Amino acid sequence: MTIEAAGTVSLWIAFFASTLRVSTPLLLAGMGGLLSERSGITHIALEGAMLIGGFSAAVFAHEWNSAWWGLGAGFIFGCLFGAAYALFAVYLKTNQIVTGTALNFFALGITPVLCKIFYDVTLATPSLALEQRLPALALGLGWIILILVHFCLKHLHWGLWLRFAGERPAALSANGISVSKVRFASVTVGSGLAGLGGALLAVCLSSGFTRGMTAGRGFMALAALILGRWKPIPTALACLLFGAADALQIRLQGVELSWFEGKVFSIPIQWVQALPYLITIAVLAIGLGRARAPSALGKSE
Amino acid sequence: MRIIKSLLSPLLALLVGLGLGLCVTTLSGESPIVVLKALVGGAFGSAYDFSMTLFYFGPLVFSGLAVAIPFRAGLFNIGAEGQLQIGAFSMTWFALTFPELPFPLSILLGTGFGALCGALWGGVAGAIRAYRQGHEVIVTIMMNFLASALTAYLTLGFFRNPENQNTETAVIANSYLLAPWESAQGAPVSNALFLALAAAVVMHLFLKYTRWGYQIRALGENPIASEEMGFDTKKLMLFSFLIAGALAALIGVVEVYGNAHRFRLGFSADFGFMGIPVALLARGRPLLIPLSALLFAGLHTGASHLDLETEKLTREVSLVFQATVILAVSAEGFWSSRKRKVLLELKKTEGGSV
Repeated sequence: MTIEAAGTVSLWIAFFASTLRVSTPLLLAGMGGLLSERSGITHIALEGAMLIGGFSAAVFAHEWNSAWWGLGAGFIFGCLFGAAYALFAVYLKTNQIVTGTALNFFALGITPVLCKIFYDVTLATPSLALEQRLPALALGLGWIILILVHFCLKHLHWGLWLRFAGERPAALSANGISVSKVRFASVTVGSGLAGLGGALLAVCLSSGFTRGMTAGRGFMALAALILGRWKPIPTALACLLFGAADALQIRLQGVELSWFEGKVFSIPIQWVQALPYLITIAVLAIGLGRARAPSALGKSE
Repeated sequence: MRIIKSLLSPLLALLVGLGLGLCVTTLSGESPIVVLKALVGGAFGSAYDFSMTLFYFGPLVFSGLAVAIPFRAGLFNIGAEGQLQIGAFSMTWFALTFPELPFPLSILLGTGFGALCGALWGGVAGAIRAYRQGHEVIVTIMMNFLASALTAYLTLGFFRNPENQNTETAVIANSYLLAPWESAQGAPVSNALFLALAAAVVMHLFLKYTRWGYQIRALGENPIASEEMGFDTKKLMLFSFLIAGALAALIGVVEVYGNAHRFRLGFSADFGFMGIPVALLARGRPLLIPLSALLFAGLHTGASHLDLETEKLTREVSLVFQATVILAVSAEGFWSSRKRKVLLELKKTEGGSV
């Protein structure tokens, strides 16, 4: 193998590794959204759950000097956030999009407010030392959860209940199982997973929580969910696609490309940063829309 | 009398929402009375403060209308932020490209152009929703990010202000300026405020008295019946987003022509997002939106005082309040529809039928 070829291969490997890393928070949010939406509740507030999870993870990792506590906190606070959302969406039957949007605002507002209360600055939590962070291998957790979700949904009776709650809730309640309870649980756990995604973003991929650090990932996770037709493995692939766009934009910033005749120019930074969002819109514009959503999705019955 | 009664319930919800928000602020250790005083004082305390409230009022009316019109059609426009960026930038571009136009033609055409561009930006989301069933919430949020990127790219790449290092365009010609009121003591309130009020009235008339307006309302209340009646629901969805985009773009009039006199990156204090609680509190009714906008404008101005008056609270508290108000108002919607159902049941049994 020539030196140039070896260089190219290692470049590709690095790119693939970067893609895997960057996709994992997205994947967890996607799995969380999947649990909620497959049970019939639209989850617009994944972004908020990721923010809450990331913030609590950064705080607990810093205060209790351990990233694992941070992860746990991220999951638990994500669950609490989800429980609040579920209360409104499942029991009070309020409009799910309105409530989700409100909770996103809440998360966006409360995280800097709490940050200021705890640490006197609103921009970011204190930087985590190396031992307070997690090695990249911890991202494997996300992929293990993918397999768990796929398995549970398909083979366990909880999975069956969850799927019924989303497709034929009447049949489920006719069998004596409370649809509301199933939905409440799935929204709560789903938000916990999204919180876990945010936690990994904060304590593994970064060294702390920065205001608004999720930058729309919660919504990209929803788009991945739609692209993946609400099934775990295709959704994971969609997350990889978006992650690749994200990894690409990190790689391409400021890089000079030479096209034909040796003319050299660099791609403007904003185009590259916009890439993940462009792809999301392109996906929706092509029309891989809500054709096969769970039947009871979004209906408040 | 009935109008007052129907306002009472949402008003109560508003108070509950504000109360909840105050409860959250007590986490900082500050007394809620102090916070309340800071908020109210900051909003209406001095001539300058009140003028700042009025200054925010204009954009919030447009923003609320931009969310309200699709809301009446049953859709969610979370993209007002992006639409207003595009509107503001295109208006600035127009002003920079045609500086010789005389007043008032300059402002009229510039506003029209900005509104057109904003409408097209919103129309993308409307079209994807109407013709591809792509969820408009996701599309509009993505379009927000794209609008930021696009306007940043164009501003920094081609229209940068040659006079300083700021991330902004050059200053526009005098014929495009809207002068601030002298009584405002420095706050950039201008006559654009009346444009906002006029827009609210126009939208009310549109929804109530035109055929399109009627069909939009019908679509929102009963999409199935609308299809059966033969309304072109796809066109209606698209149309509602075109109107919304144009309305959001008008925020640019207030900002570019009335305040900064140029396009600055990051000029929007999240006006587009604040339109959501404004519209929800007003239940999407154009005539109530100015009231709602005044409240949130006051909240926003007041919250910026929290930085100074309290130790631990900052202006992001405004977001928390917006959230609690939305939650309280939507929960109220649940109670009132529950009440209506119970009353309906009672009526049935009393009437003696079936």
